[in-house]
Amino acid sequence: MHPLRKRRLIGLLVILVGVGAAAAITVWSLRQNMLFFIMPGDTAIQEMPAGRSFRLGGLVTPGSVTRAADGLAVRFTVTDGEGSIDVTFDGILPDLFREGQGVIVRGALDESQVFQATEVLAKHDENYMPPEVAEALAEKGHPLPTPPETAGEGPR
Amino acid sequence: MSTVKRIFHQFGSPPWLFRFAGFAIPWLWAACLGLGAWGLWWGLVKAPPDYLQGESVRIMYLHVPSAWMSMGIYAGMAVFGFCALVWRVRAAEVIALASAPVGAAFTLLALVTGSLWGRPTWGTYWVWDARLTSELVLLFLYLGVMGLAAAFDEPRKGARAACLLALVGLVNLPLIHYSVEWWNTLHQPASVGVEGSSIHPSMLWPLLLMALATKFYYLANLLTRTRLQLVVENRKSRWVRDWVLETR
Repeated sequence: MHPLRKRRLIGLLVILVGVGAAAAITVWSLRQNMLFFIMPGDTAIQEMPAGRSFRLGGLVTPGSVTRAADGLAVRFTVTDGEGSIDVTFDGILPDLFREGQGVIVRGALDESQVFQATEVLAKHDENYMPPEVAEALAEKGHPLPTPPETAGEGPR
Repeated sequence: MSTVKRIFHQFGSPPWLFRFAGFAIPWLWAACLGLGAWGLWWGLVKAPPDYLQGESVRIMYLHVPSAWMSMGIYAGMAVFGFCALVWRVRAAEVIALASAPVGAAFTLLALVTGSLWGRPTWGTYWVWDARLTSELVLLFLYLGVMGLAAAFDEPRKGARAACLLALVGLVNLPLIHYSVEWWNTLHQPASVGVEGSSIHPSMLWPLLLMALATKFYYLANLLTRTRLQLVVENRKSRWVRDWVLETR
């Protein structure tokens, strides 16, 4: 290889390795700040002061959803298998919200350790399947989020 | 001369690349349109709705191939940029720079379709999680490469600066890919990987067809842009004059 080209090649590789290392170190030191949400079992939750806003992520505990007789207020618990936190929310839930579904709620804990949510987002997982397959899986006892009660109503 | 070296030299020769592109472009467009029509019909009409998302799952057939292309094209642009910087082959510079607008378009398409899917599924158009943010950074990188190339009076200087930016921006690709594994994100982890897929086959086939169609679209678009650029740059050379006389 021509010496000039070899020098350029080596120079470029050095730049690439340097930039890569810098990026890796930056990402490593920011790893806590890059978390979009924290889960109920994380120790960070216990240290969270009342009124501090953060995002909480986990599954809606099956059987925990209770709706107010009037209005939009809803109460449920979010769990990650290690801990669970009571959440209250007064607003419009996403269509995908249901028991067993992954959700991310934004808000803050109050004095009685209840999470007052100002926003509820549904998290979708990486599984895609037609309704019939989901039914067949459910019959075999695979844990899946409960299919919508209004199935077959048309596009949502 | 070894085969690899010969191919390398052929692609570096503007008249050869011009003729090759002229031959390949109609076939690439035909493959893109055929596969795209088949994939769209399968995905939008024949494929079943999803058990949770309903009909909105069909956005996936455009969103996922676009997102794959946005990253694949960037990697290709960086490889050609690397060759351009080390060997100073003009054809490699032209191909690298012609990749940028196509990649930027796919990135924008992935962001917009993802946003439209996010509203009914997640309940929001946009969040600043690691996956969405790093994909947005990718769009800015593409725009930066295009802007930098155009910012110099001397095209080859601009091309070199743009290729260097393209190479440095490579660090963003692993961030996009692994963001959903390294950090908690709203975006779900990958459904299709080397070990298999968590998408039902009735939905996976149209997705793969669309992924193939977008690749042909990219190649056709890239070679069309490359061919145009080669003619403009070599307008005073003999092979262009011969070609004009030949086709008149």
